[in-house]
Amino acid sequence: MDRVEGLAKLTGRERYVDDLAIQGVVWGMTVRSRCPRGRIKRIHFGDGVDWSRFVVVDHRDIPGPNEILLIERDQPVLAGDRVRHVHEPIVLIAHESREMVRRAVAQVRVEYDPEPAYLDYRLPPRPGQIQFGEDNVLKRLCIEKGDVERALRGAAHVVEGVYETGAQEHVYLENQGMVAWVEDGVVAVKGSMQCPYYVLNAMSHALGRAADEVRVIQAPTGGGFGGKEDYPSNIALHAALLAIKGDRPVKIIYDRGEDLAATTKRHPATVRHRTGLDRDGRLIAQDIEVILDAGAYVTLSPVVLSRAIIHAGGPYACDNVRIRGRAILTNAVPFGAFRGFGAPQTHFAGERHMDVIAARIGVDPVDLRRRNLIRDGQSTSTGQVIHDGTDRVAVMDRALDLSGYRARQREHEAFNASHPYLRRGIGLATFHHGAGFTGAGEVFLKSVVHVVGLPDGRVEVRSANTEIGQGTLTAFSKVAQDRTGLDGESIVIAEPDTARVPNSGPTVASRTAMVVGHLIERACDDLRRILGVDADTRGQALRDAIIAWHADNPGREPVGTAQYRKPPGIQWDEDRYQGDAYATFAWAAYVAQVEVDLRTFATSVTSMTAVQEVGRVLNETLARGQIQGGVVQAIGWALLEDVAWKDGAMANAQLTNYIIPTSFDVPPTRVQFIENPYAHGGGGAKGLGELPMDGPAPAIVNAVAAATGTEATTIPLTPERLMGLVLNDDAA
Amino acid sequence: MTMPPDQQERISVALTLNGRAVRVQVEPNERLLDTLRYRLGLIGTKEGCGEGECGACTVSMDGVPVNSCLVPTWQARGRRIETIESVEPGRLGALLGSGATQCGACTPGVVMAACWIAEHRELLRTHTIRELMAGNLCRCTGYDGIIEGVQGLLDDGLAEDGRDG
Amino acid sequence: MLADNAGAVPFAGGTDLLVNWPEHVEAHDRTYVDLSGLAELRPIRWTEDELILGAGTTYWDVIRDARAGSAFPLLIEAARQVGAIQIQARGTWAGNIANASPAADGVPVLMAYDAVVVLASRDGTESIPLDEFYLGYKQTRRRPEQIITRIRMPLREYSFQAFHKIGTRRAQAIARVGLAITRCGDAWRVVASSAAPTICRCPSVERFLQEQRRVNGPDDLLGPLGADLSPIDDLRSTADYRLRVLARLLSHEVLA
Repeated sequence: MDRVEGLAKLTGRERYVDDLAIQGVVWGMTVRSRCPRGRIKRIHFGDGVDWSRFVVVDHRDIPGPNEILLIERDQPVLAGDRVRHVHEPIVLIAHESREMVRRAVAQVRVEYDPEPAYLDYRLPPRPGQIQFGEDNVLKRLCIEKGDVERALRGAAHVVEGVYETGAQEHVYLENQGMVAWVEDGVVAVKGSMQCPYYVLNAMSHALGRAADEVRVIQAPTGGGFGGKEDYPSNIALHAALLAIKGDRPVKIIYDRGEDLAATTKRHPATVRHRTGLDRDGRLIAQDIEVILDAGAYVTLSPVVLSRAIIHAGGPYACDNVRIRGRAILTNAVPFGAFRGFGAPQTHFAGERHMDVIAARIGVDPVDLRRRNLIRDGQSTSTGQVIHDGTDRVAVMDRALDLSGYRARQREHEAFNASHPYLRRGIGLATFHHGAGFTGAGEVFLKSVVHVVGLPDGRVEVRSANTEIGQGTLTAFSKVAQDRTGLDGESIVIAEPDTARVPNSGPTVASRTAMVVGHLIERACDDLRRILGVDADTRGQALRDAIIAWHADNPGREPVGTAQYRKPPGIQWDEDRYQGDAYATFAWAAYVAQVEVDLRTFATSVTSMTAVQEVGRVLNETLARGQIQGGVVQAIGWALLEDVAWKDGAMANAQLTNYIIPTSFDVPPTRVQFIENPYAHGGGGAKGLGELPMDGPAPAIVNAVAAATGTEATTIPLTPERLMGLVLNDDAA
Repeated sequence: MTMPPDQQERISVALTLNGRAVRVQVEPNERLLDTLRYRLGLIGTKEGCGEGECGACTVSMDGVPVNSCLVPTWQARGRRIETIESVEPGRLGALLGSGATQCGACTPGVVMAACWIAEHRELLRTHTIRELMAGNLCRCTGYDGIIEGVQGLLDDGLAEDGRDG
Repeated sequence: MLADNAGAVPFAGGTDLLVNWPEHVEAHDRTYVDLSGLAELRPIRWTEDELILGAGTTYWDVIRDARAGSAFPLLIEAARQVGAIQIQARGTWAGNIANASPAADGVPVLMAYDAVVVLASRDGTESIPLDEFYLGYKQTRRRPEQIITRIRMPLREYSFQAFHKIGTRRAQAIARVGLAITRCGDAWRVVASSAAPTICRCPSVERFLQEQRRVNGPDDLLGPLGADLSPIDDLRSTADYRLRVLARLLSHEVLA
C-alpha cells in the first residue's frame, strides 16, 4: 500500500501553511531578547518608522494569564518585565509587507539591566545565579531497586565512566509557521504542528476563552521530530494576539536562522555510571546519575528526565539499581522534545559504558551483552517483569549475523595493521524503547477516537493525531481497512481540526500507530454495535448497513467511539517510580562499521545494520523509512551536529554551519524487522518512530573505539575531538 | 499573498516558465523563489533555508538544477525556467513505491534533481547518485528511499528507451 | 557603470552574495551590476599555452570540459566538492576569487596552478597573479570600477599534484582546512585555505620542499607551516586542528 498522500507530496501539490492563499493576510514577526537574563528597562521604537502602520503587540495585550500552559506555567507568552534567555519573545509586529516587518523588527531596541546568567549546567550555580529553589534543580527523580551500595562493595569489578551528549536541533525541512484569524467570535489557527489539542489548551488559557471559542487546525506538516510538539503553542498565541489586535489574518513563518536559534532542542546531558559486576561478568549493581540541561523554562523536561532514567540501565537484568536524575534550570534557550526524548542520551552512555566495561574486565562486548540481556521473567530497574516472548539474544544475534560482525572484525584487524592511515572498526549497541506515554500518562490522556459512518457508506476516522511524515494517514487507513474490510477509497481520515475531531492525544512518544491505531480498531467495532450489525459484517455489507442507518436516522451520523483503556496487568506507582513504566517495549540491536582517516580524524560510517522487534509491521516501506530516517538523524547527532553556544543561544544558526548529513555522508541502512504481535497495539504494532534514534550513536562510537583504540565519551565526536583523543594517547 | 509596496522601481522580466512565455513586474531585491511562490502562486517550490544549502527550492534554469533562493528574478530574464508543476505525475511511480517522500517538505526539490539525473544518465560514468543528490537535504527518509527511487526512475527511463529503440 | 557608482557590486551566480538575502535586507540596499547576460564573459578557451576561464565560467562548465580533466585535474576535484550540483551550476570561479573568503573552494587550486587574474575597467586591463591578489582578510586588489574578465593558467607538465578539502561533511561543506599542491620541475606550489586571513602560498614549506629537506613525518612540517600560516579557532574548527591536519596531509602527500 503506497503512502496515501505520497503523490500530492511528490508533485508539489500538498499545501503547507506557507502555501495557503489567505485574503488580506499580514506578516507577523517577533522582536527577541538579546540578553540571557535581566530586567527589561525600556523598549524604544525607532524614530524612522511610521508605527501607526504596524500592528504592535506586547505582554499587556494578553487577555488571559501570560502563561504557556504545558506541564508548568512558568513560560510567558511574551516577556513582561524580565527575560530569561536570549531570543525570548518580547514584542510582536505585523504589516502587509514582509520586508517592512523585517526592517521594523530591527528598529526596536530593548534596554536591559543584566543579571548573572547561569550557562553551564555542569557547574554548581553561584549564589547570584540561583533562579529556582536553592540550586536551580527543576526536577529530581529517583529509581531504586535492591541495595546498590552493598552490591558495589561486594562486586568483583567496579567500572566508572562519565558520558556527555550535546544538544541537537531538529532541522525539519519546513520551518515553523502558523496562520491566525478571527471568525464568528472564534479565534482560529492553522499551521505546522504535532498536537492540535496542546495548542488549543494553551490558547484557551492565555486568551481567556472557552475551548469552543478557539479552533486549531493542523496543516500538512513538513517534519516535527518533537520540535513541533510544544513550541507551536507559542507561535499560535503570537499570531492570534496579532490577529485579534489588528483585526486581520496574520501569518508568522520563521526564517531558518530564527527557527534554528529560537526554538527548542534536544536536552544536553551528562550521565555518570558506576557499575558492579561479579566474576562472571554479570551486572550486579548499576549506580547511575543523569543530569539534563533544561534551559530557561520547564517545558517538557520532567518527562524527558523520566524517560531518560527509565532507559538508563539498558535492556539488561540487574538486581541492584539506583538511577538519580536532575533537570537543571539555566539561561539557555529552553530545551524540549526530540525523538527519543531522553532515551538516546542515556542509551549512548549506557551502551558506550558496556564496551568500556568489556575492555576493563577483559570480556568480549558481545558476550557481555549476551550474559546480561534481560530474559522473560526478569525485571527492569523499575521492577517491571518482562514477559513478551521476544528473544532479545536472538535479536542481537540476527544483527551480528546480517552484518557479518565476526568476519568483519578479523578483516579489520588485518587491514588496520597494514594501512598507512585508515582504520576500520565495527561496533554494537543493544537497546530498547518504551512505546506510548510513561507510567500513568496514557490513562491521564484519556484519548478518544471517533469512527463515523458517512451518508455514502464510507467511513471517516476522526482523531487529533497528525501526519508529519511518519505515515499516520497510511497507518490509520490500513488499520481501518483491515478492521472494516473496506478498501482505501472508502476510508477517509479527517483533517485534525479541533472543531471536528476528539482529543486522541498528542502525536509523540511513538504512540500513534500503537495506541491510537488500537483505538481506531475498537471504534470500528463500536460503529458496528451502533449500526446493529455483528462483528463479521465487513466490506460492502458494512457500507450497506451505514447507508441504511442514515436512511433511518436523517440528520444524524453513527459515531463509533473508543476511549483509552489501560491494558490489563499494568501497574505503575508514580511516587515510588516503580512498576510497569511502559505498556510494552520494542527491542533492537544495531551494528555500525566505520572508517577513520588518521590524517584528518574524520569518521565515515561505512555500513549500518538495524534489527528490531516491533510487534507487527503495518507497512514495510513506511516502517523501513522510519528506521532509516532515524538512523541518519542519529548519525548526524553522533558525528556532525555540533551546537556552538554563545550566551546560551546557538551561535551557528545557519544550515551552512549547523551541518546535518547529506546523501553523500551516509551509507544505506540495512533494516530487518522481527515480528511478535503486541495484543494491545493497532494491528499488533508496537511504536517504532523513536527507537532508531537510540542505537546508532553508541554503535558508531564503539566502532571508532575499536578502530583507533581510543575511548571517546562525548558526542558529537567531531574530528577535532577525535584528534585530541588520538594524539593524547600517542603522547601518553 | 501581498507583495511589498513600491519602494523602488519595479523591473519587467520576461522569461519562459514551464513552457509558456511570461512577463512579471518584480522588485529589484526579489528572489526567483519569491516570484514563483507569492507572485505567481506556484507554491510547489519550497523554501527550506534561504542560503542555498538544502535544495528544497530547486528549479531548472536552462536545463540545469539551481537553488531559486539564490537567483535574483532579474537574472532569470530570457531564461527557461521549469518548476515542479511541470513534472508529469505519471513519471513518479518509482519514487512513490520506494518511499522517497515522507513529510514532503524536501520532496519537490528532490524530484527536480532526480528528473534531471534521469535525463543525464551519462553522469553516472563519473558520479554516483548519492553525490548528485547531495544538494537536497532530507531529514525524514535517511536517503535510502530517495536513492532507490532515483535508481527506479533511471530504470524506468531505460525501459522506455527499450520500447522505442 | 561601476566607475560611476563606487558602492556597486558586480554579480554573477549569486551563490555567495545572495545567501540569506531577505534576512539581511539592509545589507542588500546596494546596487548590483548583473554580469550574467554578458556572453563574452562565459566561455572556456584553450590556447597553445594557456587555459583561459571567462568571468562567467561556472564550476559545472569546467567539470564538463573534455580537456580540463587531463590538463588540470585539480580543478575538477575542487569543482566537484563545491556545494552540490545546484551550486556548481551557478557558482563562478571569478566570483569565488572576488568574494575573497579564506575558505574559498576554487582559489587554492587556481593558485597552485599559478593563475593570473585579468581585470578590466573603462580605463583598460590589468593582470595580477592570483597569489598577489589578496591584501588581507576579504581585501583584494580589485578596484571598485574593475571587474574580473578572465582567469589564465599556463599549460605545464606537472610531475605531482594533489588537492584536499577537509570539509565539515562530504558535500555542501565549507572547508575546515584545505590544501593544494603542485610540482613542476623543481618548483613547488603549496597553497593552504582556512588557515590564514587569506588563501595563500606557504613559502617556507615550498622552500623546504625545493631544498629537498627530509620529511620523516608530520612534525617536521609543523615549523614551516606555522611560519607561513596563522589559523584561528572559529565556528568550524580550531587552530590546532587546522595546523596539525595540514601537516599530516602534506606529510602524507610528500612521503607517498
